[in-house]
Amino acid sequence: MITNPMREALKPNSLPHFFCPGCGAAQVLNFFVRAMDELQIPMSSILGIGGVGCTARIPVYLKLDAMHGIHGRTLPWATGIKLMQPDLKVVIFAGDGDAAAIGGNHLIQAARRNLDVTMIVVNNLNYGMTGGQVAPTTYSTLRTTTTPYGNPEPAFDLVKLVEAAGATFVSRWSTNRPHQSVRAIKKAIQHKGFSFVEIVSQCTTGFGRKAINSASPTKLLDWIKDRSLTISEAEKLSDEDLAGKFVLGDFVDKQAPVFAGSSFLPPEEDE
Amino acid sequence: MLLRRPRVLSGTHFMLGNFAAVEGALAAGCNFFAGYPITPANEVSERMAERMPEVGGKFLQGEDELCSIYALAGAALAGAKVLTATASAGFDYMAEGIEYAISDEIPMVIMDVQRTRGENFATQADVMQMRWGAAGDHELIVLAPSSVQELFDFTIRAFNLAEKYRNPVIVMSETTIALMRERLVIPPADQIKIINRKMTQAQPGDYVPFRAEMGCVPDMAPLGKGYNTLYSINPHNEFGSIKWEPEIFERQYERITQKILMNLDDIVTTDEYQTEDAELILIAYGSETRPCKDAVDVARGQGKKVGLLKLNTVWPVPEKQILAAARKANKILAVEMNMGKYAGEIERVAGCHAEVKRVTKNLGAIHTSGEIVAAIEESLR
Ligand SMILES: Cc1ncc(C[n+]2csc(CCOP(=O)(O)OP(=O)(O)O)c2C)c(N)n1
Repeated sequence: MITNPMREALKPNSLPHFFCPGCGAAQVLNFFVRAMDELQIPMSSILGIGGVGCTARIPVYLKLDAMHGIHGRTLPWATGIKLMQPDLKVVIFAGDGDAAAIGGNHLIQAARRNLDVTMIVVNNLNYGMTGGQVAPTTYSTLRTTTTPYGNPEPAFDLVKLVEAAGATFVSRWSTNRPHQSVRAIKKAIQHKGFSFVEIVSQCTTGFGRKAINSASPTKLLDWIKDRSLTISEAEKLSDEDLAGKFVLGDFVDKQAPVFAGSSFLPPEEDE
Repeated sequence: MLLRRPRVLSGTHFMLGNFAAVEGALAAGCNFFAGYPITPANEVSERMAERMPEVGGKFLQGEDELCSIYALAGAALAGAKVLTATASAGFDYMAEGIEYAISDEIPMVIMDVQRTRGENFATQADVMQMRWGAAGDHELIVLAPSSVQELFDFTIRAFNLAEKYRNPVIVMSETTIALMRERLVIPPADQIKIINRKMTQAQPGDYVPFRAEMGCVPDMAPLGKGYNTLYSINPHNEFGSIKWEPEIFERQYERITQKILMNLDDIVTTDEYQTEDAELILIAYGSETRPCKDAVDVARGQGKKVGLLKLNTVWPVPEKQILAAARKANKILAVEMNMGKYAGEIERVAGCHAEVKRVTKNLGAIHTSGEIVAAIEESLR
């Protein structure tokens, strides 16, 4: 029997996975495995963290040490680990609800501190696992299971949020753009500091049925593609025109000291 | 020039309770602390911020108590011996993190300096919360120091128990002792008994992260070395794989609770004072044992046969010792600084053998010995 060589990256007996047919989170799992393979980093040498949600299941399938199952607390876990094992690479997989709602404070604090981790946020514009409820990333007017008459709230732009908070690598792509996504993940993994990659993604079961009246993955991918533009295209548009659009690209790539704890002896004492 | 102090400050001190707790943690080998400001636990953080860098450990002031408790879990899995300190309202936020630590058997010590709701007066009102705050089936070890010296001693013990049983251990502190200065004797470092978690000798391919006999504790493995362990709160089998199979789930929590319940003789400790011939026994824990002890002396001076059972471990309940007290005396007074909570446990255990009366005080202050003497007199009339 011929098996895909990438299966080496997965834990034995971890399949079948639990993602719905056509789910974008499963694509992101593939992007990540590809990125690690191209970087020649052994999967077992890093630590994976998932919170709670569909996205959070990604590290569960990977052949590595992982923490999983608490909603929104991926970054506190990572903070404790990085202070004790600064050389251990940590990659976090979070849904947009996990990252920006329940874990929102941790997100801005970790970006501010420049915690040396990679955070991959699968932004499917809703709470996938719990059945398609409105999230802080759901654009206004969109219908979800808890905004049956259309979302009255404005949405977060996660890229702007973490950039303002101090993240040192920030990128946004979509499941429509596998090559760019893999490239951004590779850059993020190699980056020293808080690296944040948002991947706009299709949630067929939760989001699609309510927001665009279709659970078809291709229709959703087209819907995302129609609303996507590059940074240079976006520069020509007003904020109003940009509402409900996805600006894709690499936004920030800079260096800053990474977080190593909240208290240190004065330098002359630390010799 | 700052003087770098050693890890163990052997000698005799006159020290604040919160500071003594820090010194106990350091003596036990603590090398990671995370906290969020809250009175009356602040001095723990403040001293840790000074001391952790001195001993080569890490100090984190996170954005909230959720950050503290989950940073503890991460650091503990990365090999650290970890502590957080908080007070009642902060402990509310930590419940889910404690659940996580229970389900994946992560050693950690949590110090809860109880305070009255929204204020910082003395209370023991959270004695049930510490045991039952987390959802799901679990056992927790909760130790109740009654003095500055015990804050030091019991904190060391808390670390030893957490490491040995891979379970969260809570030090139930109180405003009374945390903010009190008292004599503290720190023994030489080589006289302090320290227990560290057992790390696996197995090679990565052979390691089964959650496999252990009933009542036993599995060995831990380092992170990032190929052991590929999944630490999920979701029900998991011995291999750590997420699985919903009712029998696996049942067995998982059976073992996680039995590792505590089958080792009660190692975990549960009490002290007895004048109980040999006692007809009435006071049962108390934490700072309330202090006026109780004075009251025993006063009552004995009046020729009354009164004794004290001091619960050093409040959870698991020292059932054997409470039962023995109830068999010995025909009257029990359950003394505590709240509306009457732990008394329910004492009634459950002792109720068939002795008359149990509640002596409670919920005025943000400890009982006076006079109040307890009065309760004794009333009960013996
Ligand atoms: C403390 C807590 N609150 C709520 C939940 C229920 N819950 C499970 S998954 C989820 C939302 C997941 O949405 P998101 O983070 O966007 O990830 P997705 O499933 O869309 O990938 C929620 C709210 C939980 N498990 N824990």
